[in-house]
Amino acid sequence: MAEAAIELKGISKSFGAVRANRDIDLKIARGTIHGIIGENGAGKSTLMSILYGFYQADRGEIFVNGERAAILSSSDAIARGIGMVHQHFMLVHNFTVLENIILGAEGEPLLKTSVAKARAELERLERDYGLEVDPDAVIEDLPVGLQQRVEILKALFRGAEILILDEPTGVLTPSEADHLFRILRQLKDEGKTIVLITHKLREIMAVTDNVSVMRQGALVATRRTEETTVEELAELMVGRRVLLRVEKGPARPGDFMLSVRNLTVEDSRGVKMVDDVSFDVRAGEIVGIAGVAGNGQSELLEAITGIRRAVSGSVTLDGEPVELTGRADPADLRRRGMAHVPEDRHNMGLVLPFEENENAILGYHWQERYLKGPFLDIEAIRRDAQDKIEKYDIRPPDTRLKTANFSGGNQQKIVLAREMEQDPKVLIVGQPTRGVDVGAIEFIHKRLIDMRDQGKAVLLVSVELDEIRSLSDRILVMFAGRIVGERSPEATEGELGLLMAGVEEEKEAAQ
Amino acid sequence: MELLNTFIQLLDSTVRLSVPLLFAALAGLYSERSGVFDIGLEGKMLAGAFAAGAAAAVAGSAWAGLAAAVTVSIFLALVHGFASITHRGNQIVSGVAINFIAAGSTIILGQAWFRQGGRTPLVGAEDRFGAVELPFADALSGVPILGPLYSDLLSGHSLLAYVAFLLVPFTWWVLFRTRFGLRLRAVGENPAAVDTAGISVAWLRYRAVICTGVLTGFGGTYLALAQNAGFVKDMTAGRGFIALAALIFAKWRPVPVMFACLLFGFLDAFSIRIQGTPLPLVGQVPVQFMQALPYILTVVLLAGFIGRAVPPRAGGVPYVKER
Repeated sequence: MAEAAIELKGISKSFGAVRANRDIDLKIARGTIHGIIGENGAGKSTLMSILYGFYQADRGEIFVNGERAAILSSSDAIARGIGMVHQHFMLVHNFTVLENIILGAEGEPLLKTSVAKARAELERLERDYGLEVDPDAVIEDLPVGLQQRVEILKALFRGAEILILDEPTGVLTPSEADHLFRILRQLKDEGKTIVLITHKLREIMAVTDNVSVMRQGALVATRRTEETTVEELAELMVGRRVLLRVEKGPARPGDFMLSVRNLTVEDSRGVKMVDDVSFDVRAGEIVGIAGVAGNGQSELLEAITGIRRAVSGSVTLDGEPVELTGRADPADLRRRGMAHVPEDRHNMGLVLPFEENENAILGYHWQERYLKGPFLDIEAIRRDAQDKIEKYDIRPPDTRLKTANFSGGNQQKIVLAREMEQDPKVLIVGQPTRGVDVGAIEFIHKRLIDMRDQGKAVLLVSVELDEIRSLSDRILVMFAGRIVGERSPEATEGELGLLMAGVEEEKEAAQ
Repeated sequence: MELLNTFIQLLDSTVRLSVPLLFAALAGLYSERSGVFDIGLEGKMLAGAFAAGAAAAVAGSAWAGLAAAVTVSIFLALVHGFASITHRGNQIVSGVAINFIAAGSTIILGQAWFRQGGRTPLVGAEDRFGAVELPFADALSGVPILGPLYSDLLSGHSLLAYVAFLLVPFTWWVLFRTRFGLRLRAVGENPAAVDTAGISVAWLRYRAVICTGVLTGFGGTYLALAQNAGFVKDMTAGRGFIALAALIFAKWRPVPVMFACLLFGFLDAFSIRIQGTPLPLVGQVPVQFMQALPYILTVVLLAGFIGRAVPPRAGGVPYVKER
């Protein structure tokens, strides 16, 4: 092994009772791409935040290039040549690219000279690494792929030799992700050291030299990437064998349960977010909508479920028309058999300060079985919640616990249990496994297939292409508010990726 | 000619009345651009005015008054900062508390020290920030139109009034041309970006509220020692709130802040001017209506005409490192 760019010895960190990192030893060789993989909450981000000086470790030592380093703040880390690209970009949305890059590294009190210097330096970096971006563009006008490039440039501008990327591909299209990987390989060839944090196995295999696996705050293994397999890593992450591919039989589609015709939705500024979209979902099939986040999927879901008013178009639910352009009524839709697992469980799916049993009936609390006269039947509600907890393996099994105290995966199971147990005709699911760990993903996927096999019509929207491909019976691709193509789940990732990027669009139109 | 003179006089009092608004609004601009909302501009200005009046009366110097006013309002600004930056308290509650403290303590202290019903003793002209005559003001006053414009409108204001208007380009320059300004704007939009760039969010915000303290001190001094000859209880009379309205109205930008303050100053001057004189067609307008106009105008204009005023994104939110 080459000399270590970073060496961590015995790093431990607790937040209250939670031990986010326990006694971690890690060596990262200079000039390599080192992956750190683990489920959500395994402590990957905490570890990297310690390295970047955002938190201080309770115990342990950090060595940078063989030298013991006390990293007490981000500026210490920057001074040691460590740069970080955060999962949520640390950019000022209404600043230009250049302003964001010099922020904190201005040099002198007046901007005029520092801006001129930075512009020259930026041009050099862009040339050397092929990281083109307009220095005068305002951040909020840039697509996320370019915003991420600005973050990388920010780190390089500060002279970073060691670059940490935290879940960098979460917001990217497959082709943008591939481009990012090319950039990372190039940076490696220039002698930079790269630490890539992710929970996506595919990325680890595609780009890293070495990989370390974290589970429940501990570092459980380090492997050379070429000597390991996806299956082994998944097992190390979860602590047991995991089925990565969902097993399912062929679909037996029945009647048309949900028909969407010429649906158009505008946002508050009058921009068309969903543009003349039509499709059907039949009983007993899963229709997946693929697409990069922000191409109108959220608006489509909200319009179909009655949360957002549509401009025009029609929707029929089990043969009955649904009012979407005038006074749409989500409660009425639920009564009529449309269950909805919203994309954003924190803001739409759950009331986090509520107890688990309260969230387990929310939206269905008007039903006879939860009521005793005009009052809620608390006993019945808790019994009902207890049943769901057992059936969906929600942990900890405590109906009185505040919902905010459950992990992401268990919160998602609370929502799924509530919606699926209503025996709906149509199930609308948005991002069912966002921020959910691998073990729970497996469970959720199985439940969705069960729903299908019970003859429910399932509409699945996800930005995770793997998820769409393994669950769907038919795949629709959304780009810029329109459905730009329909493919079978056998379509290759490359083919879907091109559609998602809008590349194939013109060809489709010409046909 | 009569009409022109009336008009110039109206503009002249517009300028005079907009100066304290301008100080307070620019003061708020520094704080709010850094992400600390400040509803306590009124209280700081009032305390500043009291300190100015008291110190000028005791020490016999306008400059002592200014120094005292700035000191006192920086102190209050730091209290606000301590509550909302260090202890991550609610910025509105802290601001309101400062307004109450200022309103109550100025009267109590005034009565205890000077026994004039809460006022401070009147000071002589030499202990005030009196009118500054610009060169050739007298000589040029005879020139038609331009003469009175120069000698009445531009000349003859307090030194502090010139300072207020010079602060407008200065603030713009600080905000958009200096490192401090870049960081100040950044911390108001995304403090995490500033933190990860290795800059202290708290220290940056403290510096911003200190700027606010300095400027509200100037505003208070102007009220006590330029517009008047001493402190009178409740002399800010809601100007801190109008300044806040002007700040929102101007979308937190220095030059529009100046125009918003001039507009509100004009409404004030106009309402004083037409007091008791019936307007054609509408008859006598109640003075309360004219006084309410700035607020009504802000609501109406913000509701539809100038678009949404988007405050600094991190405004009002204490910065906590996320887990």
